[in-house]
Amino acid sequence: MDLQSASVIGAGLAAIGAGMAALGVGNVFGSFLNGALRNPSAADGQFTRLLIGFAAAELLGLLSFLIAILLYLKA
Amino acid sequence: MASASGTVDPMHQFMVEPLFGHGWNIAGHSIAFTNSALWMAFTLVAVWLFMLGGMKRELVPGRWQMAVESVTGAISGLVDQSIGPKGRTFLPYIFTLFMFILVANLLGMLPTALGGLHAFTLTSHLTVTGVLALLSFAIVLVVGFYKHGFHFLSLFVPAGVPWYMALFLFPIELVSFLMRPFSLGLRLFVAMTAGHILMKVLAGFVISGINLESALLSPIIVLPSFALMIGITLLELLVCAIQAYVFALLTSVYLNDAVNLH
Repeated sequence: MDLQSASVIGAGLAAIGAGMAALGVGNVFGSFLNGALRNPSAADGQFTRLLIGFAAAELLGLLSFLIAILLYLKA
Repeated sequence: MASASGTVDPMHQFMVEPLFGHGWNIAGHSIAFTNSALWMAFTLVAVWLFMLGGMKRELVPGRWQMAVESVTGAISGLVDQSIGPKGRTFLPYIFTLFMFILVANLLGMLPTALGGLHAFTLTSHLTVTGVLALLSFAIVLVVGFYKHGFHFLSLFVPAGVPWYMALFLFPIELVSFLMRPFSLGLRLFVAMTAGHILMKVLAGFVISGINLESALLSPIIVLPSFALMIGITLLELLVCAIQAYVFALLTSVYLNDAVNLH
């Protein structure tokens, strides 16, 4: 396998990271809703923490996109 | 947009091009007025008009003033919640950051290409978001060292940790602290770039489908792609707002470390 096709396959494999980040982001919002529906009065106070968790989970998915782009543009 | 092969190149929208020719050089550095600079100017004008229209200080606010006050209220609430009363000093900076990123993101979504002017998302460039992130990071460093002196370094040793654990935790905390400007800039840049590439790819499907000129295949390709594109556009509008808010939120969380130090 030459370097170019290996790069393109690697870029495709990096999409797995995006899917994993989807699990992470879904987990953040799902857990938030899980707690918020049990105690709705406390939900608004945790909105910023929700977004911090979302940002942390999302960043790792965006990094996999970045790796895919780097590999793809290099190929 | 369409290249010679008849397909749509999704990366072409990110090209920075000088608008008035290439001949603007000072000491070997180009100072040409680019489309990026043009959209920064548009952003400035849009923020200016929005704020000026709402800062009438009427006792009974009209619709416009309500809109402006809801934005200022949201950001001051954010700063109060994450930094506390000492954070009011940084409210102008965080509000400026939020408004600039939000309006720049939203202007990049405008379909002005229909009128011949291609919309340019200036937050889809690491140079722009990186400078914003470095600015936030520099303010955190300056405030931290000014307020606490070298005691600021105790940020890297969590409170109540025995010394042998602190030996391991110090490098980890230091690296995670130094990664902050990268993660802050990268998040905004990649989120905007990914969304715009996705939209252009779907638009490419629509164009290729129409170019097939087949009564059977064209609708099968075009209609779902177009419906998906509308949905992605709505999602992107949400992402524009969330990313601007997250940038402001993380800046104030980082500032909280520097101001309050544990």
